[in-house]
Amino acid sequence: MGFKNLINYKKIAALFAVLLLCGTNVLMAQTTDATATAATDDAAKSAMWTGVGYYVLLFLLLCFGVAIIGRILKVYDLSNQLQNKKGIHWNNIMGVFCAVFLVVGGSAAYWSITVQGSMSLPEAASAHGVHIDEMFLTTTVLTMIVFVITQILLFTFLFIYRHSEKRRAYFLPHNNTIEKVWTIIPAIVLTILVVFGFFTWRTVTNSQQVKGDINIDITGHQFAWELRYPGKDGVLGRKNYRLTTALNNLGIDYKDRNSFDDLKADTMVIPVNHSIRLNINAQDVIHSVYMPHFRVQLNAVPGLPTFFKFVPTITTAEMRAKEDNPQFEYLVYCNKICGGGHYNMKKIVRVVTENEYQQWLLQQKPYLTDGLKKELKIADVSQQKSGVTNRLALNN
Amino acid sequence: MSTLAVQDHGVHHDHDHDHEHHHDTFLTKYIFSQDHKMIAKQFLITGITMAVIAMILSILFRIQLAYPDKSFPLLETLLGRFAPGGRLNPEFYLSLVTIHGTIMVFFVLTAGLSGTFSNLLIPLQLGARDMASPFMNMLSYWFFFIASVIMLSSFFIQKGPAGGGWTIYPPLSALPKAMSGSDMGMTLWLISIICFVASSLLGGINYISTILNMRTKGMDLWKMPLTIWSFFLTATLGVLSFPVLVAGLVLLIFDRSFGTSFYLSDIVLGGKIMPFEGGSPILFQHLFWFLGHPEVYIVIMPAMGIASEVMSVNSRKPIFGYHAMVYSLIGITVLSFIVWGHHMFVTGMNPFLGGVFMITTLIIAVPSAVKTFNWLATLWRGNIRFTPAMLFAIGMVSYFISGGLTGIFLGNAALDINLHDTYFVVAHFHLVMGSAAIFGMLAGVYHWFPKMFGKMMDERLGYLHFWITFIGAYLVFFPMHFMGLDGVPRRYYAFTEFESMKRWLSVNVFITWSAIMSAFAQVAFLCNFIYSIFWGKKATQNPWQANTLEWTAPVEHLHGNWPGEIPTVYRWPYDYSKPGAEEDFIPQTVPFSQTMSSNLPHDFEDNELGMQAHEQWVAANRANEEVK
Repeated sequence: MGFKNLINYKKIAALFAVLLLCGTNVLMAQTTDATATAATDDAAKSAMWTGVGYYVLLFLLLCFGVAIIGRILKVYDLSNQLQNKKGIHWNNIMGVFCAVFLVVGGSAAYWSITVQGSMSLPEAASAHGVHIDEMFLTTTVLTMIVFVITQILLFTFLFIYRHSEKRRAYFLPHNNTIEKVWTIIPAIVLTILVVFGFFTWRTVTNSQQVKGDINIDITGHQFAWELRYPGKDGVLGRKNYRLTTALNNLGIDYKDRNSFDDLKADTMVIPVNHSIRLNINAQDVIHSVYMPHFRVQLNAVPGLPTFFKFVPTITTAEMRAKEDNPQFEYLVYCNKICGGGHYNMKKIVRVVTENEYQQWLLQQKPYLTDGLKKELKIADVSQQKSGVTNRLALNN
Repeated sequence: MSTLAVQDHGVHHDHDHDHEHHHDTFLTKYIFSQDHKMIAKQFLITGITMAVIAMILSILFRIQLAYPDKSFPLLETLLGRFAPGGRLNPEFYLSLVTIHGTIMVFFVLTAGLSGTFSNLLIPLQLGARDMASPFMNMLSYWFFFIASVIMLSSFFIQKGPAGGGWTIYPPLSALPKAMSGSDMGMTLWLISIICFVASSLLGGINYISTILNMRTKGMDLWKMPLTIWSFFLTATLGVLSFPVLVAGLVLLIFDRSFGTSFYLSDIVLGGKIMPFEGGSPILFQHLFWFLGHPEVYIVIMPAMGIASEVMSVNSRKPIFGYHAMVYSLIGITVLSFIVWGHHMFVTGMNPFLGGVFMITTLIIAVPSAVKTFNWLATLWRGNIRFTPAMLFAIGMVSYFISGGLTGIFLGNAALDINLHDTYFVVAHFHLVMGSAAIFGMLAGVYHWFPKMFGKMMDERLGYLHFWITFIGAYLVFFPMHFMGLDGVPRRYYAFTEFESMKRWLSVNVFITWSAIMSAFAQVAFLCNFIYSIFWGKKATQNPWQANTLEWTAPVEHLHGNWPGEIPTVYRWPYDYSKPGAEEDFIPQTVPFSQTMSSNLPHDFEDNELGMQAHEQWVAANRANEEVK
């Protein structure tokens, strides 16, 4: 009986495989046809529906196959019971599955960690980034140990202690010593991580304004970043969102003399090994300045100016050589959902030597364009007039 | 409600509503039911429906992520103007992400999970005739139902559903012109969630009062199963934190509709200067995450309780460290209120606050670790029966470990700088609260299906469902960690605009196909579920040989749960494989006097009479043996 079943089973499996193959072949033909004859709408529509139909058919076939296998297992089980043999030992099968899962899953995880892991976490290109990466490495090592041990225990226990009629479970309601041990050990490990992390965090964020910092203004709006560099004076002029016009899109306040030489830039060019202070703003919704290579991220919040200080340590040219990719660029992009164009809101960041930086600065145009000057002159005149009328009013 | 009167005829019991259930109409039995078992089923079926819808949404946006350049004419047929030319509209993509998150977090894993199992198990496992307030219970379900309908109805309006992410941070959600989803769709989202919170509060208050007041004779707090402890603490969390969300949402409604500036300041939208002044978008985030963080524990704690119970029953072993399990649940509950700031490390919040929140966040890993080790110790030297429920409980533990460990990275403010809002976060929470909680819920469905419907589910289909889903979810979420570490942000419509992200495209295709595979595995569950309700094998009264009270109630549902007197409880719920006992389980209703051979001195703490009896019995037995 069991033998017959086996034959039966194999036949059906083979049949099923053939059907599957046919299905996919037809489907592939269909899809190529569909792309070729997409000229008319009707043809495309019908092609689409046939495509869908084949997928549905394929799925139904799969369900049918599963049902048949289930039926066979049931028949096999019942026939065994009729012959006073034990049915299928599902507990054993599942126990073995758990062991297999542990081995296969473990090797898959290992593959993923080594292959995909090496694709990730690019080298830190900033001074504080190195500290963050040390922290990351410590955390990874500690958690990986726990991950491996607990998952191995979990699945080996499942395999070893799978159900058996002959055995009884070991009655063990609690054990205070061991519970204390595994409360205290995680507590100690976490204390290490907390202390280490706390100090890393403080060094990253404890950033006083120091003389010599290069102040760069970065403002997010839907869906682009605007950059503003201070001119020769090294000071950025004040801004007021109420002054925003089509020409003065950042609302720079030109009553502040520091504004006059502020520069507009398309690329964030920064000198290597120099402390950069990014002043982060947003005009409409929350954006987030994200520069993964520098381990920099801070939200740009309308009405709440923030800043992030960092020191880039690797120039773009050096990074291109390291990555062996002549097209490599550092990027700043948005990492807080901000609307339909969120996925494409980037600016190139280029880290250069001090010399190159100074040369680049010379080529940048000020924000105060001729058009804007014209617009502002009108504003100046009207302001003077209103000043005069005020004085007159006071005289009265 | 327990009474000492002995009644020998089965159906009749001393309940005021007794006469009602004799002439139940269809309307009172299935629709406006006040019976906790029926309400539980209503919650479950609505929850499953919502889960299927949210799952389909996730497949839609996964297809977009895997094939950003391809056009699928079918999508245009299905979605119309939301997918012109067979390609998803970027704003609709964000709507899909938003609604998927909202439905899964609130409608499936909060209402579907707590609503189903709190309603089903609290009265049955505590020995109560029904909930403290059946009418409130019914209202709770109908508010939930209305919330679901409103949420789904937003797909049928001109500008589409809300699209600002499930966290709906203003100003994006507050300015209708900022994106199409922030228009009418956002209004519907807010109304829906407020109805939802009403439902959740009505339910939560009910659960708490039932647990505190309506336990049967002998059922003191330390004899409650861990499921009840977890439902109790979950309900407490919900009752304390959901009102804060409502406060936040009401202010958002004011900002949207009445021109206030609670969350808005200094805004220039599309070149137009807006009049808002003096508000703070960060305020909303504080209010939101004051619920938002407890919310993830509202999601995971019932799953923990269910997993504990299922693992104990199927390992035929008492749960290891019952007290430690309860204390760690309490610890998680308390700590969960003071960790919300870890969602805001990079918002520009004062860095010192970030440091403090980091400390509290990492402390929460200690009770979580204790729970994990206790589960492992429960399995150790057990006699493990692999029912589908057991497999799902194990899956829950595995996911909880994998996802919980990455929480240690994200809870660390310094590391969060680089990981915040990347795919690392997506991987983390989908494992630790998404997959783990849904597996807890599925474990519950498989385990208590006989109690709910009086039928058994098919085990082999359950196995198939488990393995495909379990492997599939790992295949989906494991690679995402590495994408996140490489700086790939979440909620991106396409990764084609960035040269550096293109190399992850093949991984995205792989993830999408794994997701589709897992989604198809749910068909096995749905077929099994529906088929078994109508044509499943009849269940016996105690199919899993479990100790808890619900298995002493008859298979046929009756209003009031037990015919005659409510059973009295004498012992804790985890006396499995006690040495000296005849069988490998002793239900809670069996007094110690009937199990002299298996009693331990430990059973008689604070019970001097019992201790004396036990000592006498031990002495007598020893004498007997000496005679032999």
